[in-house]
Amino acid sequence: MKKLFKIVSLVMAFALVFALFGCNKPADDKTTTTTGAGTTVAATSAFDAVAKEDIKVGVLHITSIQETSGYTYAHHKGIQEMKESLGLTDAQIIEKDEVPDTETELVKTSLQELVDADCDIIFATSYNYMDSVEEFAAANPKVIFSHCSGSKSNNSNFNNYFGRIYEARYLSGIAAGLKAKEIGTPKIGFVAAMDVKNSEVTGGINAFALGVQSVYPECEVFVKVTGSWYDPVKEGQAAKALIDAGCVVLSQHCDSDTVQTTAQQNNVFGVGYNSDMTTAAPKAHLVAPIWNWGVYYTAAVQQVINGTWISKDYFEGYNVGLVGLSALNESIVAAGTAEKIAEAEAKIKSGELFVFTGPILDNTGKQIIGEGEKLSDGQIQTGINYYIKGVTLS
Amino acid sequence: MDAFINFLYAAIISATPLLFGTLGEIITEKVGNLNLGVEGMMWLGAFSGFYVAFKTDSLLLSLVASFAFAALGAALYAFLTITLRANQNVTGLTLTTFGIGIAKVLGYAMTSVTKQPQISDSLNQKVSALNLPFLTNIPYVGKLLFNYNILVYFAVILSVLFYLYFKHTKRGLNVRAVGENPAAADAAGINVTVQKYIHVILGGGICGIGGAYMSLISGNGTWHSGGVVNGYGWIAVALVIFASWNPARAIVGSLIFGMFASLQNYVPASVVTLPTPIYQMLPFLLTTIVLIITSIRKSKENQQPASCGLNYFREER
Repeated sequence: MKKLFKIVSLVMAFALVFALFGCNKPADDKTTTTTGAGTTVAATSAFDAVAKEDIKVGVLHITSIQETSGYTYAHHKGIQEMKESLGLTDAQIIEKDEVPDTETELVKTSLQELVDADCDIIFATSYNYMDSVEEFAAANPKVIFSHCSGSKSNNSNFNNYFGRIYEARYLSGIAAGLKAKEIGTPKIGFVAAMDVKNSEVTGGINAFALGVQSVYPECEVFVKVTGSWYDPVKEGQAAKALIDAGCVVLSQHCDSDTVQTTAQQNNVFGVGYNSDMTTAAPKAHLVAPIWNWGVYYTAAVQQVINGTWISKDYFEGYNVGLVGLSALNESIVAAGTAEKIAEAEAKIKSGELFVFTGPILDNTGKQIIGEGEKLSDGQIQTGINYYIKGVTLS
Repeated sequence: MDAFINFLYAAIISATPLLFGTLGEIITEKVGNLNLGVEGMMWLGAFSGFYVAFKTDSLLLSLVASFAFAALGAALYAFLTITLRANQNVTGLTLTTFGIGIAKVLGYAMTSVTKQPQISDSLNQKVSALNLPFLTNIPYVGKLLFNYNILVYFAVILSVLFYLYFKHTKRGLNVRAVGENPAAADAAGINVTVQKYIHVILGGGICGIGGAYMSLISGNGTWHSGGVVNGYGWIAVALVIFASWNPARAIVGSLIFGMFASLQNYVPASVVTLPTPIYQMLPFLLTTIVLIITSIRKSKENQQPASCGLNYFREER
């Protein structure tokens, strides 16, 4: 009898395990079988044209495409936009989401699956995929790998793409600064995913602060670091601490909307990121810098179809509409916000205003660049490891 | 002073889900069952509590649902380990992965393409900080004692009640007997199986309420597909050791862990700047130290129930 019990318990334990694996299925459902159309590679690292009906696009996402406030959702939307504007079918797009970029084995498995599914181009959307992608690009010369926000590439089939989100951050800083000025408290908080060493995050904070200072020079920006790209609970706790410290407007570089909902619950205001977070916090959210990844995805996939894709790093901004702002939350923004933003936006588009123009001092008073000098693209992408004057880690 | 009050306040807010989880696990371990499925049960509670709150707008129903769904997970564990006598460690771990999976897949089904589910403003109001006339306005003390959401008080009261139950009632004594020596308890006429079932399920349900706390309060009432529980269940398991299986000490223990969780946000960077991972490590470092100290001291009162982790075979007495 005892033996029978043991067997039954074993079976039930297995049932639990399989129920779990069953749960992971939906994410994989998008995987489809190959149609057999590969690409051929010319000797000069250029790729042949691929018929539109035959092209396959693979995407690797770090979090869920369902988190509608987040970074991944913005990429997902861009992919969908590309699909529609180029007239591809669902079966031609293979998106793998919830692939944490710190789990290297899973990343490699997912990349291999995309390669095995005969993808012509694979977009990897998170920074830490970089080394795995580099490895795969070397091993699969017929497949194009396009990696977001990294610093590596090769001359044949591996490029890097990102955008001048700092332009949009600068503009969102204007909205935040004007709101703080209207309230009369020169304190703005910023919940950052990564610390000062991360140039993408820190550059964003600095650009935001420059935007704030352009309308409210004495206003200070206080930064709290969560240490994780996505952790709703920690983001909320950091936001609460900033509010406790007296901040009246909060901004963020992290992937959930908890900073905005925390702002709303505590009757302060917020500037989101990635998508229009007004839906989550209508009484607090002013505006958000957003990505229109569809611009890049459409262009890149079109090049693959035309056979004109070459490995070249992509770094664009307002000029092509890759970055932008969500709709202003007119009912709560300070008076004159729309005009101020429109003014600066026009200058950015025309090239008259370059966000990182000297003199720029870091927050210890050291001069980074002098009057009239500008940060280079390389410096912007990897070299901003300091907070500017007026920004404090708190 | 204000900064310190704010710090304590934040610590208590983030300690409460830990207290639910810890209390639930203590109750489970008191009858000799080590359930490593706390994380899973908290996820189950987080989902069901959120779902019912989202659909019905009722806090009470939400709490009942979170209790019930997590208790269901615990019942599964109870059936496997008590009746079928499966290995407790393995079953508990399986329950964790199972709970996370189920909660995620149901959450996936609940979320529409365009907007994440969010509880209503009125319900949000109900789980926000109490504002009692007079009491809340007392300087310092008011904020520190009378200005929390109602689940904080519920968790503390529940812990005190269970402390009294284990320490001062005959039933509690019976339960402890089951956990210490089930054979002796059996011989004394206590129905070991029934006691185990009741407390494993009860403990699991309480863990579930901790999960609901996280999705309703810690997550600001928005369903996050990546989850909000993320590791709190495991900290709760560590806290059981920290609290030395004593529900009253669990209150202090979870408060200390909450303080560590909030430390990073409230220690001004101008005073000391440590890398984030150091702060994240502190609670676990503390648990290690406590484990070492308790194992050196070997005081009889502060030990794990003797039969914890072992299944009881009546035939093998």
